[in-house]
Amino acid sequence: MPAPVASERDLRLDLFRGLALWLIFLDHIPSNVVSWVTIRNYGFSDATEIFVFISGYTAAFVYGRAMQDRGFLIAAIRILRRAWQVYVAHMFLFIIFMAEIAYVGATLRNPLYAEEMNILEFLQQPDVTLLQALLLKFKPVNMDVLPLYIILLIGFPPALWLVRRAPQLALAGSLTLYLLTWALNWNLPAYPTGHWYFNPFAWQLLFVFGAWCATGGAERLWPVMRSKWLLAVAAAYLLFAFLVSLTWYLPVFARFMPRWLSELIYPIDKTNLDVLRFMHFLALAFLVVRVLPRDWPGLNSPLLWPAIVCGQQSLAVFCLGVFLAFTSHFILVEVSDRIPMQILVSAAGIVIMVGVASVLQWYKVVDGRRAGPKPPKKPGAGLAGGEA
Amino acid sequence: MNNRVWVRIAVAAALVCLPVRAPGAVCDLPDYVTQVDGALSRVPLAVEKEHKLRVLVVGTGSSALGQEGAMSAYPARLEAALAAALPKVAIAVSTDIKMRRTAVEMAAIMGKIAANGKPDLVVWQTGTVDAIRGIDPDVFRDALEAGIRAARAAGADVILVNMQYSPRTETMIAVQAYADAMHSVAQQQDVPLFDRLAAMKHWSESGIFDLAAPNRSRVAEKVHDCLGRALAELIVQSGKLDRTPSKDRP
Repeated sequence: MPAPVASERDLRLDLFRGLALWLIFLDHIPSNVVSWVTIRNYGFSDATEIFVFISGYTAAFVYGRAMQDRGFLIAAIRILRRAWQVYVAHMFLFIIFMAEIAYVGATLRNPLYAEEMNILEFLQQPDVTLLQALLLKFKPVNMDVLPLYIILLIGFPPALWLVRRAPQLALAGSLTLYLLTWALNWNLPAYPTGHWYFNPFAWQLLFVFGAWCATGGAERLWPVMRSKWLLAVAAAYLLFAFLVSLTWYLPVFARFMPRWLSELIYPIDKTNLDVLRFMHFLALAFLVVRVLPRDWPGLNSPLLWPAIVCGQQSLAVFCLGVFLAFTSHFILVEVSDRIPMQILVSAAGIVIMVGVASVLQWYKVVDGRRAGPKPPKKPGAGLAGGEA
Repeated sequence: MNNRVWVRIAVAAALVCLPVRAPGAVCDLPDYVTQVDGALSRVPLAVEKEHKLRVLVVGTGSSALGQEGAMSAYPARLEAALAAALPKVAIAVSTDIKMRRTAVEMAAIMGKIAANGKPDLVVWQTGTVDAIRGIDPDVFRDALEAGIRAARAAGADVILVNMQYSPRTETMIAVQAYADAMHSVAQQQDVPLFDRLAAMKHWSESGIFDLAAPNRSRVAEKVHDCLGRALAELIVQSGKLDRTPSKDRP
């Protein structure tokens, strides 16, 4: 029996995915005072975990319905078409990035940075580099999330099929792959050397876990999640992570970090989704679910609407965010890098993201693909509010 | 007297009353840069018993200021600052600097150049080239450990110097993974790390040096002067050396 699919879109997902997109944008602007508000500074996990989990959840929600109504093949083609869109978006961002590097490399005129001027070194072999970029092996700084998303989507049709047929088996399989990855050091190769910054074999765990939650897993977990003890454990763990994070930024606290503890927990491996990060995300998500019920009236308030609309147009907003982060950094370097300017570019970036997302959402509505709780007219035609 | 004269007197009085800044005050760094763990064992022996200190700077392009900049680059400034801090010690700073060398390439020759030059201290600057080329951070980390071992086997202490802060290329060169690797290797090997990245970021953010601009008013030379002074300070502090009081210090 295929697991039931929730009939109404959970606005909390859009809200937190929108917030995660804002945080990713802020974190991608280097030396930005505003990025102090982002969660990566207060614990082990960051916005990437939120983005990947919610993407897995919504993908299962949207394509799970397609799989139920139209069958495996149609849903699989739809997922792969989505992967292609993400791929094209990634290549578009890559070209923008190349343009920026070429400009900066040509205008670095300071003997201080003789070494950094070699940043264009990789363009001396354009035949190799461009091919490696097309193969997703060559990825510039901060352009690692979309390639991860592409691989996760490509592997998603069979995973979704299994999650719907045998959710426990699917989750166990995902966990096994994660553990094998840690045991055997699996990862995809990168160019010129090394491996993917976000190891898809490890990060699939969050994506599949999101899909599992979307197909009835959240309901199955609910009896456990009502436990007061679990709440206390989660809160204690978040506090522990917060205290550890203090030692990263405030050297005054660094001396309170026992050596055995740093030897135990470091390095906290982002590439392979360190178990400390995964648990930190679980604790955060658990706390949010406990504090914010699904029918919380605030979700319909105009105050949260800007984040929700960004979460509903996530691919466009993500790409825009990467582009805006490049642009913001460019403005900070070429015009002014004072704090008022940092605040200005951060706020302007978020306003632009909200503006573009609301135009896209509006267009989607007037174009006939109605958003919201109404069931789609044709089976599987609607995307139930947002996109995967 | 008219008002204008009074204003001038007031301004002059204010200038006189301003705290006198020591010559190196622009280079001042916060504690999180200057408080460095790690031990030097060979350096204090050389300074106290033999009254000499031979330093070898091994590095890449950012340890020089172009072809003609050697005199104003930080190794030369380090030599001057050490000589001022330790006037009774014969200071000699030599360099082995070549553009575009990765940590692996430098680690491979570390034993040989340390054996040839017989330095008491190797200042090893690395990281930028590895970050530009996207070398696997694990490979980078192994190379750091191998290089430190080789220098120590040749009888030298080691200080690591990490990459520069370069605001214009900050979104293009991902230095953080390499900076983290250098921090953790320094901690594990009990080697002092000069956090050049944090130092230059501090100067940039506090407005002391505009690092994004072209080299107007010789910012590059001033930055290297400060780097040389800070490095000398780190050596004196990590080696627990007896600083002979110099004239310009109160």
